[in-house]
Amino acid sequence: MTPSKTMTFSRRSFLKSSALASGGILIGFNLFNACKPDAKVPVDISQLNFNDFNAFIKISDEGKVTIFSPNPEIGQGVKTSMPMLIAEELDVAWDDVYVEQGVLDTNNYTRQVAGGSQSIRFSWEPLRQTGATAKQMLVNAAAAKWGVDASECTAKLGVITNANGDTLGYGDVVKDAAGMEVPENVSLKDPKDFTIIGKATGNVDIDKIITGKPLFGLDYKEEGMVYASVLRPPAFGQVLDTFDASAAKALPGVIDVIVIGEKARKFLDKGFISWTSVISGTDKVVVVAKTTWDAIKGKKAIKATWKNDTPLESTENHDKILFDLLDGDKFDTQRSDGDVKKAFAQADKVIERTYEAPFLPHNCMEPMNFFANVTPEKVHLVGPIQTPEETAKVAAALLDRELEDIEVEMTRMGGGFGRRLYCDFVIEAAEISNAINKPVKMISTREDDMGTGVYRPSTKYRIAASIKDGKLTGYHLKEACVNGNMYGLIPNFFPAAAVENYKVDTTNYKSNITTGAWRAPYTNFLASAEQTFFDELAEEMGVDRIQLHLDLLENVKNNPDPKIEYSPERLQGVIKLAVEKSNWGKSEAGVYQGFSVYYCHNSHVAEVADIVMDNGTPTVKKVTCVVDCGIVVNPMGALNQVKGGVIDGIGHTMYSDFGFNNGIPLSKNFDTYQLIRMGQTPKVDVHFIENELAPTGLGEPTLPPVGAAVANAIYKATGKRLTKQPYMSNMNVGEKVIG
Amino acid sequence: MPTFNLKINNETHTVEADMDTPLLWVLRDQIDLVGTKFGCGIGQCGACTVHVDGNAMRSCLLQVSQAEGMNITTIEGLSEDGTHPVQEAWKEIDVPQCGYCQSGQIMTASAFLSKNPNPSDSQIRNAMHGNICRCASYNSIEEAVKVAADKLS
Ligand code: FES
Ligand code: FES
Repeated sequence: MTPSKTMTFSRRSFLKSSALASGGILIGFNLFNACKPDAKVPVDISQLNFNDFNAFIKISDEGKVTIFSPNPEIGQGVKTSMPMLIAEELDVAWDDVYVEQGVLDTNNYTRQVAGGSQSIRFSWEPLRQTGATAKQMLVNAAAAKWGVDASECTAKLGVITNANGDTLGYGDVVKDAAGMEVPENVSLKDPKDFTIIGKATGNVDIDKIITGKPLFGLDYKEEGMVYASVLRPPAFGQVLDTFDASAAKALPGVIDVIVIGEKARKFLDKGFISWTSVISGTDKVVVVAKTTWDAIKGKKAIKATWKNDTPLESTENHDKILFDLLDGDKFDTQRSDGDVKKAFAQADKVIERTYEAPFLPHNCMEPMNFFANVTPEKVHLVGPIQTPEETAKVAAALLDRELEDIEVEMTRMGGGFGRRLYCDFVIEAAEISNAINKPVKMISTREDDMGTGVYRPSTKYRIAASIKDGKLTGYHLKEACVNGNMYGLIPNFFPAAAVENYKVDTTNYKSNITTGAWRAPYTNFLASAEQTFFDELAEEMGVDRIQLHLDLLENVKNNPDPKIEYSPERLQGVIKLAVEKSNWGKSEAGVYQGFSVYYCHNSHVAEVADIVMDNGTPTVKKVTCVVDCGIVVNPMGALNQVKGGVIDGIGHTMYSDFGFNNGIPLSKNFDTYQLIRMGQTPKVDVHFIENELAPTGLGEPTLPPVGAAVANAIYKATGKRLTKQPYMSNMNVGEKVIG
Repeated sequence: MPTFNLKINNETHTVEADMDTPLLWVLRDQIDLVGTKFGCGIGQCGACTVHVDGNAMRSCLLQVSQAEGMNITTIEGLSEDGTHPVQEAWKEIDVPQCGYCQSGQIMTASAFLSKNPNPSDSQIRNAMHGNICRCASYNSIEEAVKVAADKLS
């Protein structure tokens, strides 16, 4: 990253300013074209199309700054960190900045896209340019007022100073600035001069959260709004046969019982993909009621029968099918270097292990819900969704409306983890409102949410490696997965390029159970499998576990491969610091350490888990986590992200189990499904590598490696190699605990 | 439908509801106190925690008919202006991630500390074990409870 970078794209199409009748200036800019979660690195920023504005900076006559960020908050702190980037270059005191969720003018917000873990990476430059451009306009206005050259003026903390030492506040020149040309070239600060970026900054919604103010989708209300609860098929593979709503209709709080599904079916016929069984096109019975409880009660009173439409699947069959696939020879090769077969044939020793992980529900703390009000004039949709742009398109297609008729407003989200990328629940709300001609809130219970989800697919990896003369000569990874597969990027992750003969093969089985992205998609289990394998491999080779990695990364440095995604230097950096900070190899008696290192979501992470055995049950006491994510924009939010990712990873690799029996989910609520709780959590000791590289994702990359760190530590304590998740249910290393 | 008189945050509210309606939904849908959250509906997650006569209770399990005559405090009534020591500690440590579970966490912590203002580490972990945080902000919650305990003692 070069400081003082000059941008080449036309700023006129990117920024626009106007004076406000109420005083002050409003600067509009486009935030999200540059930071879509599915976008690739914007290699050529001049190609970005800044046609419309969806975010605003308001500077009042008093110099107070309000940043209207259209970015919904899932819990990653981007609602705080993204405005920090603007404020840094605008050069105002953070205390003078007020951040508001941009719902003030919905017409300007139909093109929002909520960023995932990547948002900070993609917005890093555009947002800083925005702030810098606004600052330059203010400086130009002050210079014109003084009749001096703008280059003689400087701005700091909201005050502009000229060569004579005269000063003007931003508020004093906003009116003039509104009429100024938008400057074409602005320079960005040298990271050394940052005063806001890198400073611990509290969550901008903190006061509302701790006092219980309405913030989330579930909290949203409108005059005349009714509540709806949807009865969906109890098993994947089943559809509605008959139903009797008389008992439900007799309840005093129930307004109506309707059937939806027809619109969704037509919409599916138009070629839209079915993300979930929820919009598989079956009929669903909807209870519309005065309150949420009336709707839930009404749903329980419906007597419905279901018939089998496609085969009902069970975890037992899935296991068999995936093993058969691994044993078979039908694979798609994702990457192949050298000759794995030959390396294996010539090896002194080949080791092969198989790793297994179950389906997982997202279980966002706030169950899926959405508000919809479909009227002849417009379609108003409000709630927690990560993909508002897609949602608007889908709603338009569903209801046969113009895209302009659709307004999507985003609320704060009670967790996402990938679930809120899919808008099945918005579609339901829209279809219900359309049928009853009323504003409606569709609310899922926990049972609905866990039982009709979009799951992390059940997956098995078989990894084999060949050892010759004490060296690793070949590495072959096979993946068998329900529905989804690893995407093209993963085969270029470590150890690709580190082993001469290397191959990644994938295969899958198409199931009627809906699957999709789950926190740290594609790597959340892969990292566990590979890093557990490496631990065993090092032992088989009789070499030090850490040294094996450092040496393999040295190979990569010596034979650079343009296709690989990770940086061998940065991986070595996190490994070395983790060894130092965790006191690796020097733990006290009774404490067992496990190591893991991984690159994903553009960040490099090494982790060491310290465990103790309590009456035969492993307890993770501490995790040392070293992260290289470039510049840490907000250390306070970053710590939350890192610790949350680590503990979430431990919870799901050790405790959370899920599966199906004849299409019916094995758990539907927290009495039988375990999420990690405080008593099971370690202290997470976090260290960031300090550098001046552009920031990368933090919401996801600390989760994937931790499963292996824990498994490797448990091996040291018990002598058992853990290959099947969740570990606590599968390896007899302790009691399964719920609650 | 029967009517009930509820004393919530030192105010009396008269609501019409089925006997078996959980207090949670009366608070959220009828009295507009949406700070109390729905997470599981079966007493397993703690998102719906309120104070009933000073004790932390799951409002999803408490029927409106049982709540009559009791002193109910929700997150909105924990303090006038968000300055209860637990709220202040939450802000100082910047605990929330998505934030959804946090009013339940704060209500559990505040009821616990009012009975035990000088808790040990393991008492804190036990007291908070019933509240799930899907974002896993547990380290920060633990730290914030300690900070709040310091403020209280
Ligand atoms: S909603 Fe009451 S404990 Fe979960
Ligand atoms: S902060 Fe998200 S569930 Fe606790």
